[in-house]
Amino acid sequence: MKILLMGNPNVGKSVIFSRLTGVRVVSSNYPGTTVSYTSGFMKIGDDTAEIIDVPGTYTLEPTSEAEEIALDMLKSGDVVIDVVDATNLERNLYLTLQLLEKKITLVVALNLWDDTKHRGISIDRKKLETILGVPVIATSGLTGQGIKDMAESIPSATTSDITPMSRDERWAFVGKIIDSVQTITHRHHRWFERLEDASVKPKTGIFIAAAVLAISYYIIRFVGENLINYVLDPLFHSIWLPLLTKLSVFMGGGGFLHDVIVGKIISGHIHFIESFGLLSSGLYVPLAMVLPYIISFYLVIGLLEDIGYLPRLAILLDTTMHKIGLHGFAIVPTLLGLGCNVPAIMATRVLESRRERFIAATLVSIAVPCASAQAMIFGLVGKFGGKYVAMVYGTLFLVWIILGFILNKILKGLSPELLIEIPPYRIPPWGIVFQKLFYRIDNFLREAVPIILAAVFVINILFISGIFDYVANFAAPVITGIWGLPEESVVAIVIGFIRKDAALGMLALSALTAKQMVIGSVVLTMFFPCIATFVVLLKELGLRDFLKSMAIMLISALTAGGILNVVL
Amino acid sequence: MVKSLGDLHSEEAGTIIEIRGGQGLANRLNSLGIIPGKKLTKKGSMMLRGPVTVQINRSLVAIGYGMAQKIIVETK
Repeated sequence: MKILLMGNPNVGKSVIFSRLTGVRVVSSNYPGTTVSYTSGFMKIGDDTAEIIDVPGTYTLEPTSEAEEIALDMLKSGDVVIDVVDATNLERNLYLTLQLLEKKITLVVALNLWDDTKHRGISIDRKKLETILGVPVIATSGLTGQGIKDMAESIPSATTSDITPMSRDERWAFVGKIIDSVQTITHRHHRWFERLEDASVKPKTGIFIAAAVLAISYYIIRFVGENLINYVLDPLFHSIWLPLLTKLSVFMGGGGFLHDVIVGKIISGHIHFIESFGLLSSGLYVPLAMVLPYIISFYLVIGLLEDIGYLPRLAILLDTTMHKIGLHGFAIVPTLLGLGCNVPAIMATRVLESRRERFIAATLVSIAVPCASAQAMIFGLVGKFGGKYVAMVYGTLFLVWIILGFILNKILKGLSPELLIEIPPYRIPPWGIVFQKLFYRIDNFLREAVPIILAAVFVINILFISGIFDYVANFAAPVITGIWGLPEESVVAIVIGFIRKDAALGMLALSALTAKQMVIGSVVLTMFFPCIATFVVLLKELGLRDFLKSMAIMLISALTAGGILNVVL
Repeated sequence: MVKSLGDLHSEEAGTIIEIRGGQGLANRLNSLGIIPGKKLTKKGSMMLRGPVTVQINRSLVAIGYGMAQKIIVETK
């Protein structure tokens, strides 16, 4: 049996889903799309049923890709659990009626039931059940109330004798149902609701947004850095390194196979970043450098998501972001990029159109320096004075704005206008927050690690076969001629194409002037930040758009470096 | 008085009387319950023709300025 969970966005569908399912939960992309959904299993009596958490939809007359998919998935289900927001029954019943008109075998979950009381809403559940002709269960994903009843009512799910009607008739019918089952008692606004209003008004909104963003940024960095410094880095150095060293000795300390698997021995040691073997850098980069930021980022973003803050941030910044061809929502991936570009590019999935995703991902990968790149910039450029660090950041910010503006002008299509529902603030259940965090991390490990390993392998082959030297010779005139960098930095820049951290380190070895250092840092940041981002960008954009994005990256790095060389 | 949603003052209430513009816009608004005959209250709008936030039914919805201009409301 296949059970579908359907309902409007932000009705707590995913919380019900995780309450109903066990451990075998998988998140997958709907074939041929970027819309993802989760599926799991639950026991009903002696049978096991598959449950699918269908993307949120307001209507069965699709207005977006996610809604088209929801409609398409409807065909495959045996039973649908229609999750309804009891605090907003009127809008939610529209979809319920559409489902009933289609003769879908249905159970209705009146979710967020515990919220109705302090919002002064009272619903006659029995009466609603009689009108709709299908079981109606009061549930609360937060407390778990009614979940058991829900599971038990699935066998009694049934179809209704409600017949198809026009849109206007349907809204009129919804109105009639509401009049007969719902009574609302007026009560004073709680401080929670005052805060809801404050965050969508310009003056207070900007202040709240600045505070939320600053706090998020510090939490992400704090959690990420501590995971690296006190958990993952020590693990790699005290446990993995000795094992790897033994393997290195066993493999003879050098040679083709050794260098591919363990990595090059650098001044007598295995170096987790520079050795670049499958078992050294291939594991260290994704697990000890990227994973900690994935964990901290998804923890914070998951919290902001479940609290209901993100849509408020989006409307606040919508006007500004539209100038560079993006929706207000694109601010989220952009900010994330300051921690790590990998989750930032993955987060562009929340954007509606392909065009927006392309602009946002390209801008992040080119103009947003990740935390480790920023550490390098401070270390290398900082010694010449804060003025030069400001130059690097200023240039990158200008590149972000100007490039976004240009992309918005030349790419076909318009960014769609904003139309979003702003959910009320809710206190997220911790269990659910961590469960979601776990799925996302699991997903990252499954998706990103194998590809990073493959890329490390390919790059090793490029190095060993000498293709790299050929590229270096080819690039030399650009680097010395246009950017005004010395001959010895050629190798560093070319390596920076894939291994930025190492490249910045190599730049430090050659004696550069302050001006050259600024240009070097800007140019290196604008090239692919690291191999992991490179891979994720390819995966998220597809080959064609990835190549386009790379071309834009090359042109803008070339231009920005050239202009700096002339201006400074 | 008849005016567009974009021209409403903050905290001003009105009833939708018409949605100008194409079928696509009407479809999107319809699914959110934004249809002629509904009462709404404007909660605020962002500067420089930013999105307009309205309270309609029991939900808060942000509507892009261009769309808001096409929603015609009658106020008391």
